[in-house]
Amino acid sequence: MTEAIAYFQDRTCPYHPPAAYQPLREAGPLTHVTFYDGRKVWAVTGHAQARALLSDQRLSSDRQNPAFPAPFARFAAIRQVRAPLVGVDDPEHNTQRRMLIPSFSVKRIAALRPEIQQIVDGLLDRMLEQGPPAELVSAFALPVPSMVICSLLGVPYSDHEFFEAESRRILQGRTVEEAEDARTRLEEYFDELITHKEGNPGEGLLDDLIQDQLRAGALNRVDLVRLAMILLVAGHETTANMISLGTFTLLEHPEQLAQLKAREDLMPAAVEELLRFLSIADGVLRVAAADIEIGDQVIRADDGVLFPTSLINRDGSAYPAPDQLDLGRSARHHVAFGFGIHQCLGQNLARAEMEIALRSLFTRIPDLRLAAPAAEIPFKPGDTLQGMIELPLAW
Amino acid sequence: MRITIDNHTCIGAGQCALTAPGVFTQDDDGYGELLPGREDGAGDPLVREAARACPVQAITVTDD
Repeated sequence: MTEAIAYFQDRTCPYHPPAAYQPLREAGPLTHVTFYDGRKVWAVTGHAQARALLSDQRLSSDRQNPAFPAPFARFAAIRQVRAPLVGVDDPEHNTQRRMLIPSFSVKRIAALRPEIQQIVDGLLDRMLEQGPPAELVSAFALPVPSMVICSLLGVPYSDHEFFEAESRRILQGRTVEEAEDARTRLEEYFDELITHKEGNPGEGLLDDLIQDQLRAGALNRVDLVRLAMILLVAGHETTANMISLGTFTLLEHPEQLAQLKAREDLMPAAVEELLRFLSIADGVLRVAAADIEIGDQVIRADDGVLFPTSLINRDGSAYPAPDQLDLGRSARHHVAFGFGIHQCLGQNLARAEMEIALRSLFTRIPDLRLAAPAAEIPFKPGDTLQGMIELPLAW
Repeated sequence: MRITIDNHTCIGAGQCALTAPGVFTQDDDGYGELLPGREDGAGDPLVREAARACPVQAITVTDD
């Protein structure tokens, strides 16, 4: 067997998978990579194989299983505690997910659109008053999903500086201690918030969960605190990266952007293509709970399995000319939100936010451009959600 | 064409309602359901796409 290449590596262009991953695509659909601790895990790069395996209940999401692979050092901070929803298997996962799905249905999210539009308009008003120039991440890309998830959960947006900073330390902290400390601080914050809400009920998903699940004994307090934290972190960092990186990518593909501006009905397909092309959550992990035969290979019980979404979403057998951004293509069936029982709970919210944010941004500021050379604009390292660190813009 | 949705399997991802909104919707609990009168798919070519988009294969499409 050839030497398994290292995973995660930094992207060299913020919207393409690292060139160093190219051998994985050639050796796929099932091959191996090496993690930071020297452990070899399976890497599934084929689109059909990924969909089959992500739907296979013999692959477990239980991060507390000692055999669960650790992709980077700070993961040790995450795996110590039981993570409801994302870190548990069925039937437990199913019970928790069912408490949440009514709040994220296509209909409920459609009803939220006017509020999302209002948030987007307010932020763009301010950006236009104060600029040019503007720094898109802090002025727009982060506040849009942050304000929306606060409203949905019933978390006061006035605390955003605190929770945005702590979320970033969990996702990008340099040491295990830093990520652990951030997790503890966010847990304390939500514990206090839930105590406050118990005495002063408000209107939000957390209030509903206290009323309907915590009081009824269907959800314990520790799980509710952690669930609140997971929903908040997953609800703003992800979409913030899609808005910043999506804007950068569109500005770097002017012909595609011109098409999008000319045809408003292209937006939903464009969002799907950006999700496929950018694959910002580039590394879904599982551990095998039993032997699994796939093709002529066998994934053994306790083997670690990695799903590099940026490569799966560029499998040429699923998408012709996969390395080209083509907003007009049907990018349907991408795995940017994962697949199987853990597929992203907030995906319909993320789609609505992206559509409204990108449409409004380019409609209100049609001559938007980068305010620095593209190659000098900083983006995130490979071992976290992909996106821009800053995005200086002018018009 | 006959379409069935397994409600015990459905995780409320909403992919069916998103892909083929002329045939599928989500009930108040977030589960996929067929729109009244569209149980036969109403000739909508997106029905099979919707079944394929379901992350947990909760939708079965059978031809008469």
